[in-house]
Amino acid sequence: MTTTSIAPLTGTQRVLAVRTESWREHVDALGPAPRLSSDELIRLVDSAGLTGRGGAGFPTARKIAAVAASRRTPVVVGNAMEGEFLSHKDRTLLDQAPHLVLDGLDILGRALGSRRLILATGERIDSTRVRRAAAERPGRLVDVRDLGGGFIGGQESALVSQLNGRAAVPQDPHTPVYVRGIDGRPTLVANAETLAQLALLARFGPDWFRSQGTPDDPGTFLISVSGLTPPSVLEVPRGIRLREVLLQAGVPLERVGAVLLGGYHGTWLRPGTGDVRLCEEDLSPYGASTGAGILHVLSVDSCGLRVSAEIATYLAAQAAGQCGPCVNGMPRMADTLTRLAVPGSDPRLVAEVDRLRGLVIGRGACAHPDGTARFVASTMLVFARHVEAHLRGECHETSVD
Amino acid sequence: MRRLLIDRTRCDGHGSCAELLPELLDLDEWGFPISLTGERDPAVPRSLAAHGERAVRACPLMALRIG
Ligand code: SF4
Ligand code: SF4
Repeated sequence: MTTTSIAPLTGTQRVLAVRTESWREHVDALGPAPRLSSDELIRLVDSAGLTGRGGAGFPTARKIAAVAASRRTPVVVGNAMEGEFLSHKDRTLLDQAPHLVLDGLDILGRALGSRRLILATGERIDSTRVRRAAAERPGRLVDVRDLGGGFIGGQESALVSQLNGRAAVPQDPHTPVYVRGIDGRPTLVANAETLAQLALLARFGPDWFRSQGTPDDPGTFLISVSGLTPPSVLEVPRGIRLREVLLQAGVPLERVGAVLLGGYHGTWLRPGTGDVRLCEEDLSPYGASTGAGILHVLSVDSCGLRVSAEIATYLAAQAAGQCGPCVNGMPRMADTLTRLAVPGSDPRLVAEVDRLRGLVIGRGACAHPDGTARFVASTMLVFARHVEAHLRGECHETSVD
Repeated sequence: MRRLLIDRTRCDGHGSCAELLPELLDLDEWGFPISLTGERDPAVPRSLAAHGERAVRACPLMALRIG
C-alpha cells in the first residue's frame, strides 16, 4: 500500500532533508502523496508507532480512528500555531518544506473523506510561502488561516473555537473536538510536524519509519534548542542522548547549569542527566517529556529560580481568564515563586508554592494549570539547593542569560 | 460509575454545589469547587445520586452535569 518509486531518505535527516519549494520540484523529488483509505492509513500509522509531535505525544493512529469512527464527515486541521515561543520548528518546516506539511493534510483529508482542510498558522509565522504552495497544488484547496491566541492559542479546543469565529480560549474538555469541533463536526487536529512525518511515512512505510528511534518510541523529531547557543532547530532520532543534542547544537557543556526540556510546561533537568535518552522510557521517571520538542539551556551563572519565576509569571498572564482556580491560583503561585526568587525570602514561601500547586492541578478546562504546576514542581526539585541558599540570603547569579 | 462533570469554563464560584454535596465538593479560598475524591470529576456513588442531581439543578450557571 505504500508504494513509491523514489528512494527513501536515509539517515536521521528526514523532514528537514526535504527542501522543495514548488509543487513540481516536490513531486519530482518525492512523488505524489499516496492515496490511502482510512483503514489503510490507521493500520500504517499504528504499525509505524507515530505519535503527535505537537506536545501531548498521543498515538496518531488513535486520533485518526476517533474521527474515522464518526458518522459525520470530519474536518482536518493542521496546527502550526507554535504558541511556545521557544519553539521554531513549525516555522522552519513551513519555510523549507511547505508541501510536505500540505501532503500530510491531503493524505488525512482523502482517507477521511473530508471536505474541509485547514492549516492554522500562529502569529509568529509568516504564511506567505505555504499559501503560495497551497494555491499551486492540485486537489482540494487547503484553507490557510492566520490566527492569534498567544501561548494557548494552539491548544486544540482553543484553536477550534477561534476557527469557529469565537474567542481563542479552551472549551470544556467533556466535549472533545474529535466529537464536536469545526462547525460542530468531528475534527482532527494534527501538528505541522506530525503532518510532515506522516507524508514521508505514507511514502516509505513503517519499517523505514522505525529504522530511527527506539522500538517503543520510533522515528525522528524536531527539537528547538536555545540558550548558550544561537537558537536552532535540529532533527534527531527519538532516544538520542541529551548530551548528544547539546553537542550538536554547539552548547558548551561545562557552562550548562540546567536544561529545560519540553518548553514552559516542561521539566528542568540537572546537567548530570546528560546520559538520559530523549524517549518516553527514560524521561517518564523524571515526569518529563520532549513536549513540542524544546530544549532550553540555562547557564551555570544564572539563577534558575529567577528565570523560573519569570516564566511562571508569563504563564499566569497567558491563562485565558475563564476558570476560577487558574485565574486566581496561577498569579498567586507565580507571585509566591517570584518572592522566593529574592534572596533572604521567607521560608514559609516554600510550603506555600507547594500548596498553590496542589490547588491548581486538574482544576482548569485545559492543561495549562497542570503544565505550569509541573514546571514549578521541577523548579523546586532541581533548584532545591538554590532555594536553601536564597533562604540564607545568598544567590550565585552573576549573569542574566 | 457516573461522575459529576464540572465545566470550569462556566463555573463562577461562590456556589451552592459544595453545600449540597459536601461529601464530594469543597470550596477553595476563592469560592470555586474542589473535588474531594481527588479525581478531576468526582465519581458519584448511587447513594448520593439524588443529592448530585439537586446540585446540578441548583447551579445557576449550568456548569454541572452528571454523566
Ligand atoms: S485552565 Fe486556565 S488557561 Fe485553561 S481554559 Fe481555564 S482559564 Fe484558560
Ligand atoms: S454552583 Fe455552579 S457556578 Fe457555583 S460554584 Fe458550583 S459549579 Fe460553580
